[in-house]
Amino acid sequence: MKHLLLILFLMISGRSYAVDTRQLLDLKQQESYETLTKELRCLVCQNQTIADSNAELAADLRRQVYEMLEKGKSNDEIIQFMTDRYGDFVLYKPAFKGKTVILWIAPIVFLIMGLITVFFFIKRKKTSINLQNRADSLHMNEDKQKKIRSLLENGDIS
Amino acid sequence: MLKYIIPLVLFIIMAVFLALGLNLKPNEIPSPFINKPAPEFSAQKLNAPDERLSPADLKGKVWLFNVWASWCQSCRAEHPILNQLAQQNAVLIIGLNYKDQPVNAKNWLDTLGNPYNNNIMDQDGRIGIDYGVYGVPETFVIDKKGLIRYKHTGPISAEDVQQIFLPLIAKLQTEI
Repeated sequence: MKHLLLILFLMISGRSYAVDTRQLLDLKQQESYETLTKELRCLVCQNQTIADSNAELAADLRRQVYEMLEKGKSNDEIIQFMTDRYGDFVLYKPAFKGKTVILWIAPIVFLIMGLITVFFFIKRKKTSINLQNRADSLHMNEDKQKKIRSLLENGDIS
Repeated sequence: MLKYIIPLVLFIIMAVFLALGLNLKPNEIPSPFINKPAPEFSAQKLNAPDERLSPADLKGKVWLFNVWASWCQSCRAEHPILNQLAQQNAVLIIGLNYKDQPVNAKNWLDTLGNPYNNNIMDQDGRIGIDYGVYGVPETFVIDKKGLIRYKHTGPISAEDVQQIFLPLIAKLQTEI
């Protein structure tokens, strides 16, 4: 019981906070700040967003986002600013276009390939089981027939 | 027969992808600046803070824009290569002293030698952001029209100088 409680409390406490928080006056800007910093990749630590990372470059990019929001720039303008400088790689969620199409399509293709494989696998297994069953029943019949024949020819010895 | 061919084909496909993956450099992010104008700045010179330098001042010249800092370990490895390149007088070398203390930067140049024709300061990293700098050192090659023609991420090696920089610089010098 004690352990269970401990585990329960540990689970509850697992809340993470952003590395730094800036306060913008406008609630909508604050929201933009939070979504933008979660959409932009930290280019030094590649698998973190700039909201998660405390690398120096991430801090500089957060400052940049903050200042641009303060100046009243829209989310799209800020995303454009970043991709102009760092390329599509700065976007954590890549844009859907020629170069990135394989990223978006590949999972679906793999899923379909998997489903097809499973389908044929099950189908083959089923037919092989059916054949096996039929062979078994034929086999049994043969045995029984032999017994019947011997009973008919020799009569019941027992 | 098919039983053997299918796994073989799958294996070959996987092997090809893995082999390609081995040769990828995830740290080298393609620069969106190639063949675009070098972003504007007007920055204080390291050795003369009263004077400013901007890309417009360098129009008509081929120049290297080398991003460095005294806290950067790989820059130390790159520095002798830059010194050698500077001796050949093939190209102007402009340094962007990135997020550094001027005192440390000057100290570095005094002890290790100064390959730069000029150095500008970017203490808060804003010029760095404009150039899409994400790791130091980085080097841009800029042509006479002020277009960025090449970007090198990471320290320049002696081979890079021979195989990439010198041929490219020679070609750009002949352009008008």
